[in-house]
Amino acid sequence: MKKIAIEVNGKKVSKEIQDHTTLSSLLRDILNLTGTHIGCDTSQCGACVVHVDGKSIKSCTALAVDLNGSKVTTIEGLASNGKLHPMQEAFKKMHGLQCGFCTPGMVMSAVDLLKNKKNPSDQEIRDWLEGNICRCTGYHNIVAAVKEAASKM
Amino acid sequence: MKTFNYHSAKDVKEASKLSSSNSAFLAGGMTTIPSMKLGLASYKDIIDIKRIKKLSGIKVSGKTVTIGATTKHSEVANSKDVKKAIPSLAALAEGIGDPQVRNRGTIGGSIANNDPAADYPSACIALDATIHTNNRSIDAEKFFRGMFETCLKSTEVIESIEFSIPQKSSYQKLPNPASRYAIVGVYVAKHKTGINVGVTGAKSCVYNDKDLAGVLTKNFSSSAIDSVKISSSGMNSDIHASSDYRANMVKAFAKKAVDAC
Repeated sequence: MKKIAIEVNGKKVSKEIQDHTTLSSLLRDILNLTGTHIGCDTSQCGACVVHVDGKSIKSCTALAVDLNGSKVTTIEGLASNGKLHPMQEAFKKMHGLQCGFCTPGMVMSAVDLLKNKKNPSDQEIRDWLEGNICRCTGYHNIVAAVKEAASKM
Repeated sequence: MKTFNYHSAKDVKEASKLSSSNSAFLAGGMTTIPSMKLGLASYKDIIDIKRIKKLSGIKVSGKTVTIGATTKHSEVANSKDVKKAIPSLAALAEGIGDPQVRNRGTIGGSIANNDPAADYPSACIALDATIHTNNRSIDAEKFFRGMFETCLKSTEVIESIEFSIPQKSSYQKLPNPASRYAIVGVYVAKHKTGINVGVTGAKSCVYNDKDLAGVLTKNFSSSAIDSVKISSSGMNSDIHASSDYRANMVKAFAKKAVDAC
């Protein structure tokens, strides 16, 4: 067991965890933040993408213990004062989801893209979302949603 | 995932001291963690080397680019210095996996793992790399031994990889559409001292294709490759591509790489 102190969505969290606890497991099982989904659990599908110190990573493939001192943002941390983040609004408006399982990861990944590129092209969006797999939408409306969000942000 | 004891080493000496035949060094963890989850690997001790500052960073001198072992793929891909000195190396890093893998995965982890379809080993071969560890310096040609096998000892830590800056170079790959691992990847580099053609994905281990290098030494053009017959003997054959297909792709992507040089 190891003690870690991290910041999750602006709140300081201090927990005693097992050495092999992944970040996704810490978020879901210990902190009850179940918006972060676990799909493949081996870093291919991207449903578990969160931000650590401002960069998107796959939380299923990061040990919580090695993130001691980090700042983590999950899908639950995007909305502020009850108002959805522009990326969440855009996914809703453009029908960028069907079953919704991949959506938290898609949104977190897309938010990271717009941090680095304000107005990405369709190809740049598709390349960036390489690590996020969706089995419903065929991606078309996801790309449209990211473009819509880019125009609003 | 089976449990283990996690250690965060403060320096290379401590990391080496903590290691044993039942331990693994952890950098990005992009292979180690999924392998442990799938039951393909288990260790008593995991020794995290990410917080050792000296192992990260990029330095360019006159003739070489030296990249610290825990430098992330995204740092290599976005480095102005690498883009200027060896643009093909920055492009290779940009093509690994996906953005989240590039934000965690490291160059040292990639070559220590020596996946037969990984990108970086071909760069080490093509760019005459020297792998510096905590107790020796190893030529890339001697470093990669076989499938997932290198000449590293269990207590040996890779500190940095030193690449020779070529006159011109290009890496071209046929990526697996799901994983972006190379079904076949060919790295062509022309140095003052000679030409290397690093091939990954095709066989059980990365190799320098001496036949292609020989032909290109006489005539550095893609048409010169037309006359080379690439044997499919010893090439991988799986659901993604047969050995004959891979042999043909080595030729096709070598031509592409020469044209892009």
